[in-house]
Amino acid sequence: MTPPRTAAAAPAAPAAPAARTGRRARRSGALAVVPLLLFTAIAFGLPAAAMLDGAFTTRDPATGAASYGLGNLTASWQGAYLTALVGSVKLSATSAVLATLLGLLLAQAVVTSPLRALREAVLTASGVLANFGGVPLAFAFVATLGNSGVLTRELGLADTGWNLYSFWGLVLVYLYFLVPLMVLTITPALDGLRTQWREAAQNNGATHRQYWQHVALPVLAPSLLGGLVLLFGSAFAAYATAAAMVGSSVPLVTLQIADAISGNVLIGQENVALALSLDMVLVAGLVMAVYLPLQRRSARWLA
Amino acid sequence: MARLTARPTPAPWRALVLATAALYFLVPLAASVVFTVDVPGQGVNLDAYTRILDTEGFLPSLLLSLELSAATIAVVLLLMVPATVALRLTASKLRPVVEVVCSLPLVVPPIAFVAGVGTVLKWGPERLSRTPLFQTFVAVQNPDFPLVLVLAYAVMALPFAYRALDAGLRAIDVRTLVEAARSCGASLPHALLRAVLPNLRGALLSASFLTLALVLGEFTTAQLLGFRPFAVWIVNISGSQAQMSVAVSVMSLLVTWLLLLLLAGFGSRRAPSSTTDRK
Repeated sequence: MTPPRTAAAAPAAPAAPAARTGRRARRSGALAVVPLLLFTAIAFGLPAAAMLDGAFTTRDPATGAASYGLGNLTASWQGAYLTALVGSVKLSATSAVLATLLGLLLAQAVVTSPLRALREAVLTASGVLANFGGVPLAFAFVATLGNSGVLTRELGLADTGWNLYSFWGLVLVYLYFLVPLMVLTITPALDGLRTQWREAAQNNGATHRQYWQHVALPVLAPSLLGGLVLLFGSAFAAYATAAAMVGSSVPLVTLQIADAISGNVLIGQENVALALSLDMVLVAGLVMAVYLPLQRRSARWLA
Repeated sequence: MARLTARPTPAPWRALVLATAALYFLVPLAASVVFTVDVPGQGVNLDAYTRILDTEGFLPSLLLSLELSAATIAVVLLLMVPATVALRLTASKLRPVVEVVCSLPLVVPPIAFVAGVGTVLKWGPERLSRTPLFQTFVAVQNPDFPLVLVLAYAVMALPFAYRALDAGLRAIDVRTLVEAARSCGASLPHALLRAVLPNLRGALLSASFLTLALVLGEFTTAQLLGFRPFAVWIVNISGSQAQMSVAVSVMSLLVTWLLLLLLAGFGSRRAPSSTTDRK
């Protein structure tokens, strides 16, 4: 790749007086940021504005006249749309809680392990797996546990009523990228638990259980909660995995939006997809509003 | 510090946890490979892999994905490198603004973003058909090279690219570097190109790799806007050629992982302290 040209480069004469160079450098510095801001204003701002505008615009099916109102939003909280929203929240919450617990266990196993190489290997693998999702993940699981998957055939799972294309099937698949994400999130916090704290607790006669209940877990709580909402957010926004795997047999808000964008909606409800998108943004915003302060708080112990 | 309590001995629970995790994470991969080579009734063969190249649509879709990646990486770096360097050098007041702007895409799930993009694209035929802007709308949706995807991917890559570049810049003292170069008689562009950029090699690579992985695997945007890069192609053929689609997924996984592993190895060797705050 050729090195990108830096736009910060208004050539300043080397001999110019310091004050003038300073001012000019500041101005050219600001100029270097302008393209980025302009780009986001267009490529991100326009779609966001269009989504907001559309979410509040209702079109009369008979006359085609558009008017502003809450019609789409209320529609997005009813019937099949509500089912999909609730389904998404349920799926994301279940997999996030499970992944938090399992991730904590795995991270603790790795952190307390005497093997240094194991720790490195698990953390690197987690970094890779946490970025794994979408279509290949869905196909890997279809090949493993789908209707004609390898394990399904070998273990005769079909007779036991196993079905990958279900709520719990999706939870199982989502854990594949959520657990590594939790391991990455919680490992620094576990590293921050000082040995002295455990020793102090033991010297004061605390049992193993009391140490976890009164010392370790309270210290870990902000990181755990922060990780939980982060996992919830990524499960909530996931679309490709579910789309490639289950089609629409599990009600999910992302699948509903995709359906509506592709034109499978009643006349007059075209903009409900945008209202649903707005609902998603609100949930994601809420997640970030919880996550950021928690992350800052947990940083206090890790310093 | 004296270690009074003995290091925890290998506990059975730890072995159990690690073994379960290893099973859970390795079995789907192994099973995918088995699925592609073991044809029921025909025994083991590598047909699914050898036929990939001949399958219709494979090369065009892969090429499209690679072209999109290259364009996205170029756009992201051209936008982000000058901005982040300037934030370090002179425009530090703008830092909070840029930070917020670059985190915004995280708050909007990809599918919601696509819904917005789709709405904007519909303005073309609906409202702008008489204006010159209409031609722009047509041009960005050219199926041979959909620029609109490049724009969307660049937006999605902003948070990752920003973090990678910011971490890289934090590790070097840009101001001193530039001042030293200037004292030696280099012009500002020269100082930036020859002193700062080479020191950012790791961060540039990391930002590029992350963007590449994102674009190669991206499905949502492309599918809903009706384009057919790699990920969409795999899903399209999965109905008729299940084994082939899994084989291609396995391959694309291996390639992506190799890239990310290289990146992880590279990152940890260069700056061990900067890896912790990346996530």
